[in-house]
Amino acid sequence: MTEVSEVMVDVRGVHKSFGPLDVLRGVDLQVRTGQVTVVLGPSGSGKSTLLRTINHLEKVDRGWISVDGELIGYRRSGKTLHELKEKDVLKQRTHIGFVFQDFNLFPHLTVLENLVEAPVAALRRPRAEAERTAHRLLDRVGLADKAAAYPRQLSGGQQQRVAIARALALEPKVLLFDEPTSALDPELVGEVLDVIKDLAGTGTTMIVVTHEIGFAREVADTVVFMDAGVVVEQGPPAAVLDTPRHERTRAFLAKVL
Amino acid sequence: MRLITGPAAPPGAAAETPPAPADPATLKVVPARHPARWAAAVAVAVLLAQFGHGLATNPVWEWGVFADYVLSETIVHAVWVTLQLTAYATVLGFLLGTVLAFMRLSRSPLLSTAAWTYIWVFRSIPMIVQLVFWFNLSALYERLGLGVPFGPVLWSVDSDSLIGTIGAAVIGLSLHQAAYAAEIVRGGVVSVDQGQSEAAAALGLPRLRQIRRIVLPQAMRAILPTAGNEIIGLLKGTSVVYVMAIGELFYQVQVVYGRNGRVIPLLLVATAWYVVLTSVLSVVQYYVERHFARGADRTPPPTPLQRLRRAVRSLRAAAARREEPVVPLSLLGEKR
Repeated sequence: MTEVSEVMVDVRGVHKSFGPLDVLRGVDLQVRTGQVTVVLGPSGSGKSTLLRTINHLEKVDRGWISVDGELIGYRRSGKTLHELKEKDVLKQRTHIGFVFQDFNLFPHLTVLENLVEAPVAALRRPRAEAERTAHRLLDRVGLADKAAAYPRQLSGGQQQRVAIARALALEPKVLLFDEPTSALDPELVGEVLDVIKDLAGTGTTMIVVTHEIGFAREVADTVVFMDAGVVVEQGPPAAVLDTPRHERTRAFLAKVL
Repeated sequence: MRLITGPAAPPGAAAETPPAPADPATLKVVPARHPARWAAAVAVAVLLAQFGHGLATNPVWEWGVFADYVLSETIVHAVWVTLQLTAYATVLGFLLGTVLAFMRLSRSPLLSTAAWTYIWVFRSIPMIVQLVFWFNLSALYERLGLGVPFGPVLWSVDSDSLIGTIGAAVIGLSLHQAAYAAEIVRGGVVSVDQGQSEAAAALGLPRLRQIRRIVLPQAMRAILPTAGNEIIGLLKGTSVVYVMAIGELFYQVQVVYGRNGRVIPLLLVATAWYVVLTSVLSVVQYYVERHFARGADRTPPPTPLQRLRRAVRSLRAAAARREEPVVPLSLLGEKR
């Protein structure tokens, strides 16, 4: 990257443990505006937990995270941090799109209602405007004709594309993908990755946790390799994937490539 | 295989090739017989006929008396009282029950313990005992008032005049119902996938909206069958308030047969009304369940009316088929 853009997501010294299990042990990560960061690593390395701390689905034990200069989950005044009320955390989350591994679409609402719900309820947009945006987004993910369908009437790949459109409906500053293709049949992976690639081309800031090495090579600006709760190495895809400097990265890549 | 079924073999060449089975589409189909099933059906039909005959001919039922009373003003008014008690207790019971359910699920230990204790206490007290308690409320607290907790009372009123007998019954029924409703609602809420509230939280939906729009509608699928049971139980349970001398259906029936001594036909009157009301509730439950099943199945199941129409259509088709000498297999295969 030649241009120097500002940092959109800033993760500093983040620790998180579940009981006796230390999942994150001091993670540092900076993601610049408009960049695509792909996080790789073995299961249990803390990738998903890291992603979930960024939109405060998990509270961090130590360290801090900011998105577009705004501290997540806390308000700073002088030398003290005040924990935010749930209401304010919810407001912060509207700037951070999240796409889940198993979609988590609302099965009792139609595709259109799934997309309209958050803009209307969280951002107080007029319904007509939200519906126009929703139709535009469905068109963008290639599902313009599915607005009236219920999620269970769609294939896994289609559901995940709806979930991406749902996240986009809030016009987030950053999009987080938690293994977006891991719950899909192999032949459906491509259609979802194509949508994400398309988004990357439009300059959306994204952090993608995935096992798709090919996707990382093709789309990522930065590849981050995590293991045992720390970032082992990061850099441009060619560097990390082809000439890894760390033994652990080499061992992981040898297994998945 | 190809040799036998392939279109290449002309009909005349059959003698040369191994004996080919006739095209299954032209064979006659004989359905399996079920003699034991027939015998059982006959036995049950005889029993039913005997029972029906007894109902019609045994003079003890006194159908004339039944007819006189079933739509009489006193009884219809009593049915109205029963319906009111059921409606109030259902609405109040489930409102309070929903609040209790979310209190029990709350992260605050005080709230969840309070809700647990409430449920424990009110499930432990038999409804009839509780109703008599409320009936005697004025003995317990002569006056009820509003004011500063532990401080001066700003406004107060006589318990009896505020609550009254019907009020006491509604309170008793509702509080009792709330304990059960709380557990039913809680069961529904925990049955909804955790990912749903997570997705709602990730989208920044306000907390109440998450519950009302995302969690509860999905919980309803688990809540409704049990809630239907509870409401029907409550409808019949209102007969217990006869101990408070409230003119609901069962009490009124007792009053009437106490006067004229026609016990059996008047019990029949009550039975008939309870059956009618329960049937109406069951139909309502069916359609409410259907409403909340939106999106749960790829193709929604047909309504009873659609099912009836479909059955008539297939009966007609079957009748038309019976006139043909041979049943084509392919047709049977298509219709399931």
